Amino acid sequence: MSFPWAEEYTPKHPLMRWLDQRLPLPRLAYGAVGGGYPVPRNLNYWWNFGVLAGLALTIQIVTGIILAMHYAPSGDHAFQSVEHIMRDVNQGWFLRYAHANGASLFFIVTYIHIFRGMYYGSFKAPRELVWMLGLVILLLMMATAFMGYVLPWGQMSFWGAKVITGLFGAIPIVGEPIQRWLLGGYAPDEATLNRFFSLHYLLPFVIAGVVILHIWALHIPGSSNPTGVDVQGPQDTLPFHPYYTAKDGFGAGLFLIVFAWLTFFAPNYLGHADNYIPANPLSTPAHIVPEWYFWPFYAILRAFTADFILPAKLWGVLAMFGSILLLFFLPWLDKSPVRSGSYRPTFKIFFLILLIDLLVLGFCGGRPAEEPYVMISQVATMYYFAHFLIILPILSSIERTLPLPRSISESVLHGEEREARPADLGGIRPAAAE
Amino acid sequence: MVRILGFLAGLVMVFVAAWSFGWGAWTYITQPPEPNMVKRFHEEPRDLRLASDGPFGKYDRQQLQRGLQVYSEVCSSCHSLNYVAFRNIAELGYSEAEIKAFAGNYKIQVPDVDPKTGEANTRKPIPADHFPSPFPNEVAARQANNNALPPDLSLIAKAREGGGAYVYSLLTGYRDPPANLPADLRPGPNLHYNPWFANLNIAMPPPLKTEGQVEYADGTRPTVDQMAQDVAAFLTWTAEPRLENRHRAGLASLIYLILATFLAYLAYQNIWHGGASRRVRETGPLDPENMAKRQAASDEAGIAG
Repeated sequence: MSFPWAEEYTPKHPLMRWLDQRLPLPRLAYGAVGGGYPVPRNLNYWWNFGVLAGLALTIQIVTGIILAMHYAPSGDHAFQSVEHIMRDVNQGWFLRYAHANGASLFFIVTYIHIFRGMYYGSFKAPRELVWMLGLVILLLMMATAFMGYVLPWGQMSFWGAKVITGLFGAIPIVGEPIQRWLLGGYAPDEATLNRFFSLHYLLPFVIAGVVILHIWALHIPGSSNPTGVDVQGPQDTLPFHPYYTAKDGFGAGLFLIVFAWLTFFAPNYLGHADNYIPANPLSTPAHIVPEWYFWPFYAILRAFTADFILPAKLWGVLAMFGSILLLFFLPWLDKSPVRSGSYRPTFKIFFLILLIDLLVLGFCGGRPAEEPYVMISQVATMYYFAHFLIILPILSSIERTLPLPRSISESVLHGEEREARPADLGGIRPAAAE
Repeated sequence: MVRILGFLAGLVMVFVAAWSFGWGAWTYITQPPEPNMVKRFHEEPRDLRLASDGPFGKYDRQQLQRGLQVYSEVCSSCHSLNYVAFRNIAELGYSEAEIKAFAGNYKIQVPDVDPKTGEANTRKPIPADHFPSPFPNEVAARQANNNALPPDLSLIAKAREGGGAYVYSLLTGYRDPPANLPADLRPGPNLHYNPWFANLNIAMPPPLKTEGQVEYADGTRPTVDQMAQDVAAFLTWTAEPRLENRHRAGLASLIYLILATFLAYLAYQNIWHGGASRRVRETGPLDPENMAKRQAASDEAGIAG
């Protein structure tokens, strides 16, 4: 698909030839994830996480479809039907714990996948659309996960739904009608549960569709790589199959080990005890917190505590949505022609600070809204926005980068002495970052 | 353009966040937050070791049977187990006939409808019934308990931080309020001081008061501590009855996955390293052996040395 030397599909069996002439589905698969997709030969383990996210999505869809066969989306029966799944459905406990922990692992691998893209500059030209489609997937995942958390109809489900839809109520004038429209009433109720269930079933398939676009857009320029240097010829690539299928197989094994450990031995570790209490509109839990994967954004939301022209709550909502939406502009905010963070010593430091910043935000988001956590999350929020909107644009135009290897193959085939030779730097530009 | 607008938006966000921080810090300094007194007196769950703990844990059936006895003789006067049926206690090692007798002799009847007249009435439970509440509805339950509602206990061990240890600590945690307890945290009428309860004052009177409150068939000495441990173990089971299946399946899955992943690793290494290993020696790029390997690799990839 992407490079002229990509292997063409040649059916071996007559049946496959027959099929290929009529419906070239095997040809499509061969070009997408088979021997016909040339991939840079120097990918490291961080490049495993895209496939792992696909695996996690598959696990969620399979377990979710079976759970839906036993679940009742009604205010009176939702909680009970989840307990029915846990106690009376054959292996129902496994399906539910796998689905709940699968969501957490889906977010872990997706976040790692995103940070890999940020560090190695995978979002830069010519892969901007790959990046933006990925962000669309992230937004869809967040919506799906939020609605999925409402379905068991425990205390956190109910109050989480109330708080998150309440965010829309902060929008001036149209906010409250929007909130009422989302909930189908004045508070989360039967109507909310039904529509959330319907959308929770729909959105994973929308995600799968956008994943296809994401992979399609990726296959035009081909995968990025840890040096960020463009592929220059066949010596720089390996066919996806068997090289990366074998490597992804090993990665998938490690992923499943972690997944099995969580599901079988610590299934409620990432959950919240309050969600085992049935939803009760008359009793507010002491601290309402979302699932852990929303904590950084929840901390940003709660960091805005003082009115400034606009009400504080509206600033919080703007900041929370803005914190993700600004990532859509990342390809134009970070203009450094060197893609890979490995050759950008100053960027590396700021990237590390960003990672710590997000961990701090995550920690504060899981704590009750009291001092000193609010002040810490305010400082961390300041850094988050400063990092992307102020530091990166300035840094990318003034930073002195390190020597880039002349090609991918030279960087991997033990050409150490050539790689180390200082080649006219400072000004070097990767060939295809136009 | 994107960068200029982004820069301005960044300045605005940083400024507004700093504004909030400034106000927060100012308030923090001028009116330091009052120490959270509830938190100061609240205690973490006491240590409770159960046979079901850990990745290989299995329930101690003897203990669960004792716990069931404590539940049905003490707790059940106020608390139901809506998600547990009488038939489920087969998992504690009771035979079908024993379960039938246990349900038939249970002290609380279940609501039903008279098949002839259609009038509401009650009848003796059968094994398919769930452990009933002694109160017909919430209003009656609150009426009988000074307006407090005894929660259903099926999931209590999963619905509280600390699980079984929380139940055990709470049941053995009744004591006189400490002398330095602020007046507004002192138990009001019909409330009891218990530092393991969320707000320190629980409406439930101490349920396990004296040794020998129940008489164990297996000869275990029924101290208050023992009864609390047994009922905590029992409620751990009611919250997670499939725990043993989970541990068994988990062990099998992990063994399989570790073997499969090891094989996948070998396959990966095999595919990537072809015949001869390309691993270089640590002596550096000028080591003749490394140079030969480099030459071979370059030839293979079709790069002119």
